[in-house]
Amino acid sequence: MPTPKPGSTDPSVIRNFCIIAHIDHGKSTLADRMLQATGIVDARSMRAQYLDRMDIERERGITIKSQAVRLPYKADDSIEYVLNMIDTPGHVDFTYEVSRSLAACEGAVLLVDAAQGIEAQTLANLYLALENDLTIIPVLNKIDLPAAQPEKYAAELAHIIGCSPDDVLKVSAKTGEGVHELLEEIVRLIPRPQGDADAPARALIFDSVYDTYRGVVTYVRVIDGRIGTRDKVRMMSTGAIHELLEVGVISPEPVVAQGIGVGEVGYLITGVKDVRQSRVGDTITTSHHGATEALGGYRDPKPMVFSGLYPIDGSDYPELRDALDKLKLNDAALVYEPETSLALGFGFRCGFLGLLHMEIVRERLEREANLDLISTAPNVIYRLINDDESEMVVTNPSEFPNQKIAKIFEPVVKATLILPSEFVGTVMELCQQRRGTMLGMDYLSEDRVEMRYSLPLAEIVFDFFDQLKSRTRGYASLDYELSGEQDADLVKVDILLHGEAVDAFSAIVHRDKAMTYGTLMTAKLKELIPRQQFEVPIQAAIGSRVITRETIRAIRKDVLAKCYGGDISRKRKLLEKQKEGKKRMKMVGRVEVPQEAFIAALSTSEPKK
Amino acid sequence: MGADQVSLYVHVPFCASRCGYCDFNTYTAEELGGGVRRDSFHELLNAEIDLAAKALGKCTVTTVFVGGGTPTLLGSVGLNSILERIRDNFDVALHAEITTEANPDSVTEQMLAELRAGGFNRISFGMQSASSAVLRILERTHTSGAGVQAAGWARTAGFDHVNLDLIYGTPGETDDDLRRSLDAAMGAGVDHVSAYALIVEDGTALSRKVNRGELPAPDDDVCADRYEIIDRALTDAGMPWYELSNWAVPGGECQHNMAYWTDANWWGVGPGAHSHVDGERWWNVKHPATYGERLAAGVSPEADREVLTAEQQHAERILLGIRLARGMSRDDLDANAAVTGLLADGLLEPVEGDASRVALTLRGRLLADAVTRALIP
Repeated sequence: MPTPKPGSTDPSVIRNFCIIAHIDHGKSTLADRMLQATGIVDARSMRAQYLDRMDIERERGITIKSQAVRLPYKADDSIEYVLNMIDTPGHVDFTYEVSRSLAACEGAVLLVDAAQGIEAQTLANLYLALENDLTIIPVLNKIDLPAAQPEKYAAELAHIIGCSPDDVLKVSAKTGEGVHELLEEIVRLIPRPQGDADAPARALIFDSVYDTYRGVVTYVRVIDGRIGTRDKVRMMSTGAIHELLEVGVISPEPVVAQGIGVGEVGYLITGVKDVRQSRVGDTITTSHHGATEALGGYRDPKPMVFSGLYPIDGSDYPELRDALDKLKLNDAALVYEPETSLALGFGFRCGFLGLLHMEIVRERLEREANLDLISTAPNVIYRLINDDESEMVVTNPSEFPNQKIAKIFEPVVKATLILPSEFVGTVMELCQQRRGTMLGMDYLSEDRVEMRYSLPLAEIVFDFFDQLKSRTRGYASLDYELSGEQDADLVKVDILLHGEAVDAFSAIVHRDKAMTYGTLMTAKLKELIPRQQFEVPIQAAIGSRVITRETIRAIRKDVLAKCYGGDISRKRKLLEKQKEGKKRMKMVGRVEVPQEAFIAALSTSEPKK
Repeated sequence: MGADQVSLYVHVPFCASRCGYCDFNTYTAEELGGGVRRDSFHELLNAEIDLAAKALGKCTVTTVFVGGGTPTLLGSVGLNSILERIRDNFDVALHAEITTEANPDSVTEQMLAELRAGGFNRISFGMQSASSAVLRILERTHTSGAGVQAAGWARTAGFDHVNLDLIYGTPGETDDDLRRSLDAAMGAGVDHVSAYALIVEDGTALSRKVNRGELPAPDDDVCADRYEIIDRALTDAGMPWYELSNWAVPGGECQHNMAYWTDANWWGVGPGAHSHVDGERWWNVKHPATYGERLAAGVSPEADREVLTAEQQHAERILLGIRLARGMSRDDLDANAAVTGLLADGLLEPVEGDASRVALTLRGRLLADAVTRALIP
């Protein structure tokens, strides 16, 4: 039987699967080993090419992209199968993207480190896979490690997915042990794709990547019908029609094909330059005799966390704008608009899917565009209902009205935490401090606990992860997904310097926490702002009501006692330097504040307890 | 060079021991390498005086100031020979102020008489404090009464002007310690007092102690309080301020230092000494051995120089001039909107009897660097 060709592969030999794993649990190594085991990359070029490329991807990408790899595999039954290994993004904020990757598969390999057990994020993705009715193949990796406890964690996995511990495969991606058995299980257990080869084409976009040379490369799973090179395609969410410049599969290099058929996975290039025109979750059909009904589940990415991003050196503003424009091409979820801050100058108000998305964007801007950035404290999106029942959405504390508001709604998440049982008390305490409500708790094994909480997203974006890690010595893992909104007693706290509000420090907080926030910020600023020639009050206020106050005493002495012969040029140079420094001061009313003070106040988190 | 009037500074880089706070260019050894010795050091200084005279051409010396270090370690013979060499080379003005610095414990009544006879007419003693606890922290070798005693001897010897230097803000010093020091100084019958807030200079024994936490750093608010105490006491005693850190009986102002503050021409003789003539500044090599080598070879000991731009000269005139009680002419601060603001803020005030000039208020004196930054365009 000949090797099946892209575009004419019988669905009965196709197996579409993904690997669900926590970072460091060995997904990349296992993927490499599979490439080798199926023979599409030999042992020597493996190291020279594929690993290197993956490293660059890992360095550069939000996720390790371009991993929808087509693996031809001749199984023990002598049939040539086609295994499509689809990558899933590894970040908590990309639940939606993960769900689309899973929707492109019939099965999932659940890969867990045999020395560490399952992590919260893996568990969350596993639940997503189960909701998508995927066949799960549980696998423990790193069984070669001395610290591996395969029996313990096999029992844990069996408990979670409701199988027998004997069903859990044990592999070492490092040595290759068990990889052959895994491939056989993939062939045996994962169902063939279903779909109507003769129906109008419908393909699910599960990834969309901007490439400098090719434009947007769109990864799709064909659900029904076929997409050929000669077709024009239509994006079903927008109706936009594009020419197809190229169709192909990745194996593991791009292989151009005449088309891709039902059940297959491949890529399309249409020449669009912005991933927003080819969005994850959208359905692609052909423009002639196209489908009338899209595949379900498409959603516009909705930013939930907002923060101001400013260049530390104000002259870098144009570079920041260019870098954001460039990043946007590859990140459909990123939104931003110019913003001016009294304290920080010119920057952008940015919206992100979540805290990690925010951190990734900031890190990419800093690394790829070589920018030094400062971000304001992140806040979430609020829905406000006024007395006259009119509604407004607030994503920036500066938009938060001072007058009375009938109701304020804030987003809440369902959080999953996995931790050693000894930390249950301390994590409960943390969640309670953060206005959490416990939804449930399960022992995964005798010393590992899964806790489920409902928490305001605002509490998570403020330092929650750091606190969780420090209170559990790094052993707890966290995952969350949005679960709706709740009304809450929220207020805006302004920080006033000599009577003037400093925009970058205004925050929307729960009324019970207003004092804590005010005290923290005023004390911090008191330490950071140099004494002035006059007394400077630093106040925290809700509307016009001051809730806490610190005072920077006036400076009384700023003079060098001696100024004789040799001191004169030294002194002149010192004054020139001080004058230069003064130019870099920001004026808040009459108060001179070094920008470093604002930056330090924003970058340090709560004092460690 | 075209100066017709010049002040001379002579630097003597020797001390019997180094005080803990001191970062001056001074050495405690008597033999510094390259044949440079304390007991013959005045010969090197005299050699530079010859060079200065050649460079300056015919001009009048208006003031001489021998500083250090501890100049009196050269003895009256050494110091008087320097003065003699100056007279050999220059016209010295008839009533020229001729000062030497001295440590209270490095002089005797006889030595003072010899210096007076040699032509010195002003002497400045480093008294620093009347508190023996403070003197110990400063690592001064003299006793608390030595400064007052030496000042008395100087008056007996016939010096026209006697100054006592005080240091305030030393860790451990109390307001009462300072008041006792002031009483002692005022009781010594001097016509001039300089008082300096202690500066912890990098690299000194004091800064090491502060960094190690063995001594607290001087507190700016405390120093501000002490300055006010000093200013009140000396003003009440008939010695108003004439420069930020200097108070004198009218007529007792140090003419040599006034030359610095009025941007006059001065030549610094000795290792590390700075000079300023006609908008140029230069400074000598710092180490006495290198200094000795240069002079032995008949070469200028200059290490480097800078030519001041018009803006730099203007900045210097402001940073120096604003330190004086006589203040500055508003014309010299012309087009400077800052003046109005500083007057409104109570940091500057019109000079009494001359509304065309402005000077620092008491609060302004303590914030003089901030005022200067505001005044320099």
